[in-house]
Amino acid sequence: METPILRVDTLKKHFRSSSGLLGGKTALIRALDGVSMDVSREETFGLVGESGCGKSTLGKTILGIYRPTRGSVIFEGRDITHLPRKEVVKVRKDIQYVYQNPGSSLDPRWKVKKILAEPLLIHTPARGAAVEKKVEEMMDAVGLTPQQLSLYPHEFSGGQQRRLGLARILTLNPKAVILDEPTSGLDVSVQATILKLFTDLKSRFHLTYLFISHNLGVVQMMCSRVAVMYAGKIVEMGQTSRLFAEPLHPYTQVLLAAIPLVGKRKEEGLLLSGEPPNPADFPSGCRFWPRCSYREERCTIEEPPLVAVEEGRAVSCHRFTGSRA
Amino acid sequence: MDRSPDTLLLNIERLSVHFHTDRGLVRALDHADLRIHRGEVLGLIGESGSGKSTLARSVLRILPLSARIAEGDLSLSGEDLLAMKESDLNARVRGRGITLIPQDPFTSLNPVFTIGTQMEDIVKWKGSAGIGHGPPGEKVIEILERVQIPSPRDQVGKYPHQLSGGQRQRVLIAMALLPGPDLVIADEPTTALDVTVEAQILQLMKSLVLGKGISVLFITHDLGVASQICHRIVVMYAGQDMEEAPADVLFSQPRHPYTRELLESLPNPEGTIRDIPGEIPNLIQPPPGCRFHPRCARSTALCTQALPEKKAMAQGHWVRCLYPLES
Repeated sequence: METPILRVDTLKKHFRSSSGLLGGKTALIRALDGVSMDVSREETFGLVGESGCGKSTLGKTILGIYRPTRGSVIFEGRDITHLPRKEVVKVRKDIQYVYQNPGSSLDPRWKVKKILAEPLLIHTPARGAAVEKKVEEMMDAVGLTPQQLSLYPHEFSGGQQRRLGLARILTLNPKAVILDEPTSGLDVSVQATILKLFTDLKSRFHLTYLFISHNLGVVQMMCSRVAVMYAGKIVEMGQTSRLFAEPLHPYTQVLLAAIPLVGKRKEEGLLLSGEPPNPADFPSGCRFWPRCSYREERCTIEEPPLVAVEEGRAVSCHRFTGSRA
Repeated sequence: MDRSPDTLLLNIERLSVHFHTDRGLVRALDHADLRIHRGEVLGLIGESGSGKSTLARSVLRILPLSARIAEGDLSLSGEDLLAMKESDLNARVRGRGITLIPQDPFTSLNPVFTIGTQMEDIVKWKGSAGIGHGPPGEKVIEILERVQIPSPRDQVGKYPHQLSGGQRQRVLIAMALLPGPDLVIADEPTTALDVTVEAQILQLMKSLVLGKGISVLFITHDLGVASQICHRIVVMYAGQDMEEAPADVLFSQPRHPYTRELLESLPNPEGTIRDIPGEIPNLIQPPPGCRFHPRCARSTALCTQALPEKKAMAQGHWVRCLYPLES
C-alpha cells in the first residue's frame, strides 16, 4: 500500500483550565485523547462530530498550532511533531489551514493584492513581477478577477471572502489543506458554489483535504473516507459510502438518523437523549455509554478499543470487540 | 376569540418594508403576503437577505428605526396591527399574543439573573395563560417540566451559563409558551445547535404546539428542518414571496424555478454539486419585476416588467412566476 501523506498516531492534546477567580481549581480538559488515522495522497478525508468532540483540536494539533500532549504526526514520512520553530514554518507551507470564517482572517485595512502577496513574501524568494503573476493566477483559479485585487475585503460577499481565503493559501502550492467547517454559515446555494470550487481546486492542484465539518450531508458528498469523533476519540472510521449506508457504532447511527433531510420523516425511536459529556469529566469506560441504548455493564467499566471490523472499517464499541457475547 | 382551526390568525398583505441607509433605500420586502391559520406551523424559508427576518420583525412591530413600512396590511385575528398604539402592542401583542423563540440561546438570556427570576418576570409582566394556577414559582416549574428540563427545581436557581445550549433553548421555548400566545415566531431556533440536539428540540416543539391550537411562524434557511415540522411553507427570495405549498408538495413538486434550484443545491449522496449561477441581488437597486429573473433560466423580457401575480397551481399551492415548472 502507498504510504499515507499524513499519519496521526495516538495523538493527545490536553488543556488545563482554571476555574474560579484565582484559578484555584484546575481541570484537565481532554480535548483530544488518543487519535490515530492515515490520510492518503489526494483524498478528501472527512472528520465529523458535534461541538466539543475534538475535531478542530485535531486539525490544529496536526498543523502544530497546538503542541500535542502525546503521540505523533507524520507528514510525508517525516515526524513533524516536535520540530524546532524554523522547521515548523516550512511544514506550514505544505499543510495549510483554512479557518471557519475567512472573512475575519483577512486584514480589513489591506487591499486584496497585499493580502494575497504576503505569504509569498514570507515563505518564498519570489519578488516583484513573479509575485504579481502568481497572485493574479490564484484570483483566476478561485473564480475572481485580477481587477478585484485593488479592493478591500469588506467589498466582497461572504462566499467571495472564502474564495479569497483559498487564493491566499494556494499561492504557496500546499500539498494538504485542512478545511475547518468550510461551509458553515453559508446559504445552501453559496455552499454549493464553494464545494464545487473545492472539487475543481483539488484536481487542478493535486490537493489532499482534511475536511472538518459537522454537516454530514456535505461530508457524505465530498469525502471518500470519514472518521466520526465523539468526546475526543474516533468512534468509527471507514469508506464514506459504506459508513453512511450501514453505520455500526451506536453514536454514528443516531448521528446519521438526526440529519434533518428534506422529505424524510424521522424515526422517533432513534432520537438521542442527553448531550455530549463534559471533557473535564468523561464517564468511565466507553464515553458514549450514558446515551447508548445498547449499553451493557462492561461498557461502563472498560473502554472499547478501535478495532478493524472489515477492510478499511474500524469501530470502537464492545459490540464489535472480539469477546462479545 | 375564535379558537377553532381554519380560522385565519395572522394576515399579511402586500407588505413592503424599506430601510433608509447611508448607501440608499434598501427594499427589503416587496409586496409579500403571508397567512397563518390557528394551530398551523408555517415555514418561512429563504437565504440571507430574503426578507424572512424583516417579515417576522414587522409582525411584532420591532423593526429598527431606519425601517419604514411603506405599504401593506398586517392584522392579527382581524385586528389591524399597523394602526395599533404602542401601549396596546405592549399590553396585548408583544410577548403575550405573539411571542418569540430567538435564534441564539447563548446570548438571548440575561447572564446576571437566574433562570427562575427571568421566568417569573414573564409571569408578572406578560401573564401565564399557558399554564395552570398556582404561585409564580410553581408555574415556572411546571412549564420547565413541559419542556423536559430534568429536575427543574434544581435548575431555576441557575444562571444561563450553567446550562448547556440545548437546555438554554428549552428555557427559551418555555418562556415563549408561558404567556399562552396565539402565535409563536421561531426565528432559526435550531441553527446554533448540534444535529442531535436539534433533533431533540424539533421533536419537543412538535409535541408542544401540534394539536394545541398554537400557531407557529417557523423561520429557517434549512430546508431539511422545515420539512420536519411545517404544515405549509412559503419560499422567499430577495424580499419577494416566490411560492407557497403544503410542505410535502413543495419538496416533491416545486413549481417555482428558484425553489427547484434551491432544492437541487442541497448536498446529495450522489456527489453531484449543483449551484445557482449568479449572486443574491443588491436590494438598493433590485432587479425590476421578479427579482430572481437575472439568475433564472426561464426568464424573458416580460419577467422584468412587473412583479408577477400569484398563480394557483393546486389547492393551497401558488407561485409568483410567469413560467412555472410543469408538475
